[in-house]
Amino acid sequence: MSHLFPKSANKLPLQIIIYLCVIGVVATAGITYYMTPKYTRVGYAPVQPVPYSHALHAGQLGLDCRYCHSNIEASGLANLPTAQTCMNCHNQIKTASPLLAVVRRSYATGQPVPWVQVHRLPDFVYFNHSIHVARGVGCVECHGHINQMETVTHDQPLTMAFCLDCHRDPAPRLRPRAEVTNLDWRAPSAAAQDAMGRKFVHDWNVNPPQSCSGCHR
Amino acid sequence: MRTVYLVTAFVLVLGISVLGFRGKVFTHTPMDVFPDLLFPGMKVQPKFRAQGTSSFFADGRIDRMPPAGTVPASGPLKDDDALYLGKAADGSWIRVFPASVTVNRRLLERGRERYGIYCAPCHGGLGDGNGVTKRYGMGATPSYHDERLRQMSEGQIFDTITHGKAPAYNMNPYADKLTPEDRWAVVAYVRALQKTQTGTLDEVPAKNRPELGLK
Repeated sequence: MSHLFPKSANKLPLQIIIYLCVIGVVATAGITYYMTPKYTRVGYAPVQPVPYSHALHAGQLGLDCRYCHSNIEASGLANLPTAQTCMNCHNQIKTASPLLAVVRRSYATGQPVPWVQVHRLPDFVYFNHSIHVARGVGCVECHGHINQMETVTHDQPLTMAFCLDCHRDPAPRLRPRAEVTNLDWRAPSAAAQDAMGRKFVHDWNVNPPQSCSGCHR
Repeated sequence: MRTVYLVTAFVLVLGISVLGFRGKVFTHTPMDVFPDLLFPGMKVQPKFRAQGTSSFFADGRIDRMPPAGTVPASGPLKDDDALYLGKAADGSWIRVFPASVTVNRRLLERGRERYGIYCAPCHGGLGDGNGVTKRYGMGATPSYHDERLRQMSEGQIFDTITHGKAPAYNMNPYADKLTPEDRWAVVAYVRALQKTQTGTLDEVPAKNRPELGLK
């Protein structure tokens, strides 16, 4: 029988085991890197029906986030603006711009502008905007520097680990309530942020839930 | 064996070239790596989310308008004309604040904040009509420091915020953005802005004068 299998075949089982280990490592690394929202969602910047620039409106003009997203303090949902909100200014500014035709049609007919949702949580997550805003979590913590974005881009992974990082230790991410919508605000120093954050946690009784039912029902 | 490793390395490099790295900006719909069909997890539930779409209603909208002529069962009955309309019992504009609104520092601070968000872009931080929109072609925004607006009653200012001045004067209503209480806070702050131009030294209490650098 010795002429059927060469001598090197004796090493084959070991080589196969080693190869399978290598494949296992590569697959684990690949899944970890590519199959989480850090890869699948961060960087998502869909083409919107109106090429609205947050860099111009929120950055250059300095409009407050709440001018358009007017319900964030009162409602769990951060609302998209009505067409009338756009027309508050655009009934006089750039009234003939073809880029705004969709908005004008929406204002005239009542049909909504078909904006594409960028930040979308699974249906089993009950995120409430108003409580985060009321407790001094800045918009920038989850949405990034929207005021520098020409097109809104998904900035943070918004995974459960991302939420829990802050729910376990909120102090580093709390800011004075008046600065919540100021995307460029930063504490003067890390030590100042730490002291301020701890004070807010105490004063505002910040006690973010870590139980399942805090965010899932 | 060497060939197997070479092929593996090639497939690896090919995969990374196609998939790229994290943080790359893209416009296509995000890949769902755990689709609900294969991994049922209630990620997509047959429920309505605000501002969503639905084929159930003819206009495709989930958010519904209240039927005409109905009054919401929730919330207070809005029978306080002074608070909700800025009108007295005889239908004239009120020249004072409604009885249910207390003008104090808290109200003024609230008014300042709301004014900064919703009014300042056009009316300007000083109320002089020189907001940032003026540089981009917004027509003449009136100054609060005109005699006409100084004489305007509180009720009428409230009504202007509530219903706007469109189409004659281009200002749209802000009732969707400001609750009646917030509108009164803004009215109070507008009055404070007007006072900045007409106030006299006699009106400043003696103990507060050093704060203004006065004796």
